[in-house]
Amino acid sequence: MKRWLTLPTLCWCVFAIGLYGLLQLLIEIGVISVVWQITLANIGINVILAVSLNLILGISGQFSLGHAAFMGIGAYAGGIVLKMLPGYTGMLLGALAGLLISALAALVIAVPTLRLRGDYLAIATLGFGEIIRIIINNMKITNGAAGLSNIPAVANLTVIYFTIVLTLIIVCNFKNSAPGRACISIKEDEIASEAMGIPTTRYKVIAFVLGAMLASLAGVLYASSFYVIKPTYFAFAQSINILVIVVFGGMGSMTGSVVAALVLGVINYLLQSLPNERMIVYAVAIILIMVFRPKGLMGNFELSFARLKSLQDIKALPALWKDKILAVLARLKNKRQKEDA
Amino acid sequence: MTQFLQQIVNGLSIGSIYALIALGYTMVYGIIKLINFAHGDIYMVGAFVGFICISTFKMSVLSAILCAMVFCALLGVAVERLAYKPLRNPTKAGLFATALVMGFILIYLVAKATLELDNLWAGVIALVLSLALGFFVYFTITPKGNPNRIAALITAIGVSFFLEYAMMAIMGPNNRSYPATLGGTATLAGVQITFAQILIFIITLALMLILTFIVQKTKIGRAMRAVSTDADAAALMGVNVDRTISITFAIGSSLAGAAGVLVGIYYNTLNPLMGMTYGLKAFIAAVFGGIGIIPGAMLGGFAIGITETMVAGYWSSLFKDAIVYIILIVILILKPSGLLGKNVREKV
Amino acid sequence: MSILEIRQLTKNFGGIAAVVDVDMVVEKGDLVGLIGPNGAGKTTLFNLITGVYAPTSGEIVFTPYNKAILLSGKKPWWITRQGFARTFQNIRLFKELSVLDNVRIAMHKDIKYGVFSSILRLPAYYKEEDRVFTKALELLDIVGLKEKQAELAKNLPYGQQRRLEIARALATDPTVLFLDEPAAGMNPQETADLTRLIGELRQRFGLTIILIEHDMSLVMNLCERIYVLDYGRLIAKGSPDEIKNNQKVIEAYLGEEV
Repeated sequence: MKRWLTLPTLCWCVFAIGLYGLLQLLIEIGVISVVWQITLANIGINVILAVSLNLILGISGQFSLGHAAFMGIGAYAGGIVLKMLPGYTGMLLGALAGLLISALAALVIAVPTLRLRGDYLAIATLGFGEIIRIIINNMKITNGAAGLSNIPAVANLTVIYFTIVLTLIIVCNFKNSAPGRACISIKEDEIASEAMGIPTTRYKVIAFVLGAMLASLAGVLYASSFYVIKPTYFAFAQSINILVIVVFGGMGSMTGSVVAALVLGVINYLLQSLPNERMIVYAVAIILIMVFRPKGLMGNFELSFARLKSLQDIKALPALWKDKILAVLARLKNKRQKEDA
Repeated sequence: MTQFLQQIVNGLSIGSIYALIALGYTMVYGIIKLINFAHGDIYMVGAFVGFICISTFKMSVLSAILCAMVFCALLGVAVERLAYKPLRNPTKAGLFATALVMGFILIYLVAKATLELDNLWAGVIALVLSLALGFFVYFTITPKGNPNRIAALITAIGVSFFLEYAMMAIMGPNNRSYPATLGGTATLAGVQITFAQILIFIITLALMLILTFIVQKTKIGRAMRAVSTDADAAALMGVNVDRTISITFAIGSSLAGAAGVLVGIYYNTLNPLMGMTYGLKAFIAAVFGGIGIIPGAMLGGFAIGITETMVAGYWSSLFKDAIVYIILIVILILKPSGLLGKNVREKV
Repeated sequence: MSILEIRQLTKNFGGIAAVVDVDMVVEKGDLVGLIGPNGAGKTTLFNLITGVYAPTSGEIVFTPYNKAILLSGKKPWWITRQGFARTFQNIRLFKELSVLDNVRIAMHKDIKYGVFSSILRLPAYYKEEDRVFTKALELLDIVGLKEKQAELAKNLPYGQQRRLEIARALATDPTVLFLDEPAAGMNPQETADLTRLIGELRQRFGLTIILIEHDMSLVMNLCERIYVLDYGRLIAKGSPDEIKNNQKVIEAYLGEEV
C-alpha cells in the first residue's frame, strides 16, 4: 500500500478527479451544450477503442484490422442484456457477457493467426473481423441486418469517463511491467525476444485478448449511449477509424491516443455540416500527418508525473518549463543561424 | 449440370474483374511491399470515367475503356508521387508538391466552409496559403526516408477516403446506372452467356496477355522484376527505381480502370463507395494466389469469383462473403504466402 | 561429464545442405571455438542448437545436471529457459528500448508475477521489480554499462552494443553461453578487452561458452577446444595447436592448391 501511494499516483488522481469536476462544472453552467455532450461521449468511446488497439498495435506490435468486431460483440452483448434488464445491473451484466464473449472470440482468432507476421496478420484479422460481423448479421438474437434499437440509455458521461480512467490504468500498468516489457520486446525484435526466453505467442495472445476485451467495453458504452446498433457500424471502416486514431496519435503512446481521439473528434464535429467535405478534409489531414510526421502527433511521448519525487519538485515545475521553452527557442535560433551561414 | 455450368460462367466473369483489380494490388505489393488500399477506389474512379465517357460523350465501349485506363494510369501515378513517394523516398521538390496540392485542397475546403467564401476567393486564399506552406516545407524540412510500413498503409487508407469522398462531392452519393450499351445473350448448351460477359472475357484475356508480355519480355518488365527482387541492387545496376515504381502504378491502375468500366457494363450500377467491397475481394484474391505474384492474382481472382457464385447459387448469398473470408484465413494459416507463393525465411 | 551432446545433426534448406552430420561433445566448463570459412554453416549450427531452426535430422541433448533434456525440435524460448543463451552475429538488441530494459526483458523467466499482479499492482509486483532492477544493474556493472542504463540501445557505440548483448544473454541466467562473432567489427584494443571480459564471465558464472569467431587472436588465446566447419561438415577438432597445423583446415581456408 505504501509503495502504491506515491506522488505521481497522487498527481494522477488529482488530475483525473479535477478534470472530471471541470467537465461537470462546464456542463452545469451550460458551456458544454447537449450536442457537445454527445460528441464528448463519442470521443470518450473512441479513446477506449484507440487505447485498446494501441495495446495490440503499439505495445506488442501486432497489426489488427478487425478491432471493430470486438466492439461489435460488446455492443450487442450490452444491447441484448440491457433490453432485457434496463439499468446499471443490466449494463454491468452486459459488460461481463461482452468481456467473456470477446475474450473467447479473441482467443479463437489469436491462436491460429498470431503466428502470422505483419501484413499477413493484418489481412487475417480483417477476415476474422468481417466474419464476426457477418455472423452478427445472420443471427436471430441480434435481429439481423436491422440491428437493435431502443436500447435503454444507461451510460452517461460519468460512466464513460471512469471507464476511460479504468482502461488507461489497466493498459498503462500493463505497459510498465514485465509482461508489458515482454510485449514491447516482441514488437522490437521477435526473434531476439524469443531467444531471450519469452514465449512470444503467449504474450501476443495476452495482449490481443486484453485489447479485445477493452474494445468490447467500449461497445457496451456505445450501445447504451446511442440507442441503436447495426452490424454495419462494426465493419471494416470502423476498424480503420480506430486504427487512424492510434497512428495519428502515435503508436505506443497512450497520451497520443487520447489526444488524437480528441482532436479528430473535434475536427469531425466542426465539419459536421459538410458531410462530404468533412471526409475529404479528414483524408487529406491523414495523408499530410503521415507524410510529415509519420510517427504520429505524439511519437512515443507519454505524459508522466514519474519525475516528481517530492512536493518541492512541483514548485520547481514552472521554472523547469521556462528553461525548456528557452532551450527550444535557443535551438531554433541556432538552427537559423547555421542555415544563414 | 446446366446450372453448374451457368454458375461457372457467371463466376468466371466476376472472377475476371477481381483478377484485373487483384493484379494491381499484387504488382504494387511486389514492388514496394505496400498494400495499396486506394487501389479499389482507383477502380471506382475508372467506372465513373467510363460512365461519363459513354453517357455524356457517347463514346463506344472500347474507347470508354481506353479513356478510363489512361485516366486511371495518370491518377495512379499522381497518387504514388504525392502520397507514397514522400514517405518512401522523399525529395525537397516532392515534399513541396505534396504540401502544395494537399494543402490547397485542405485550405480551400476549410476556407469555403468556415468563411463562406465563393469558389474564386477560396481558391485564391488556398493557393496563397498552400504556396506559403509549400515553401515553408521546402526550406525547413530535411527529407528523410521512413521505413515504417504502417505509416505507408495509413497513407493508403487516407488516399482511399480521399478518392471516395471527392467522387461523392463531385457525382453525389447516389447509385448511377450505366446506359445499356450491350444487350443480348447467346445460349450455348442451355447456358446463357450475355454479350457483356463475352466482352469481359475477351478484354480480360487480352489485357492479361499484354501484361504478361510486358513483364516477361520488355525492358521495363525486366526492370520491374529487378526492383521487386532487390530495389537497392537494381538501382546499383542502373535501373531508375522511382520511374519503374511509377510505371508499375500506372499499369496496375489502368487495369483497375478497365475493370471499373467492365463492372459498370456488367452490373449496370455504380456508386462512389463501390471500391471498398470490390477492392477487398480483389485483395483477398491477390493474397489467395500469393501476393506479389502475377499469375497468382489471376488464379486467385477466378477462384474467388467462382467460389462466390457457387456459394450464392447453391447455398445462400448471405454467406458468400463469409466463405470468401474463411478461405482467406485457411490459406493464410496453411500457406501464408499464398497458393503460388514461396515461404521466405528471415535471416538470423 | 558432457553437458551438451550433438548427434548426427543435419539441416537442409530446400536442396542445400547447410549442416551435415555434425557430432559435437561439449564438457561442462569448456570454452569451445567454432571456426570455418564464410558460409560454412557455423551460424546455422547455432540457430539449430538454440531452436531458431528445427533440424532436419539428428539430436541435441543437454545435460545440465544429471537429467538429459532433448532440445532438438523445441521452441527457442523453451530452450533458453533450460539454460541456453546467445548473442547474434548482426546485433539484435531492442533498439528503441533503454539499456536497462534490454537486460530486464531477458530476465523474464525469473519473474514471479503475472498479468494480474501487474495490472492490479499487487505487492508481488513491487517486490519482483525491485529485485529485477538490482540484478540488472549488477549485470550492467559487470560489462561496464551501468552509467548508460537510461540510454537507448541504438544510441550506444558499436562495441558497447556488443557488450550489452552479452549482458542481456547473461540476464537469462544461462549455463551455456553462445557467442556469435562477439569481436566482429572491433579494433584490437576492444578485442583484447572483450577477450578478458569473456574469461572473467566464465569464471564468475561458471559458464560453458561456445563461440563463433573469425578473429584468430581471440580464438587461439581463449578457446581450449576448437571445432572447424567447412561446407556444413565438421572437418577437424582439437586444441588450438592441433588446429593450427591441421592440413585439412589450412586447405579449407586457403583452397586446395597451395
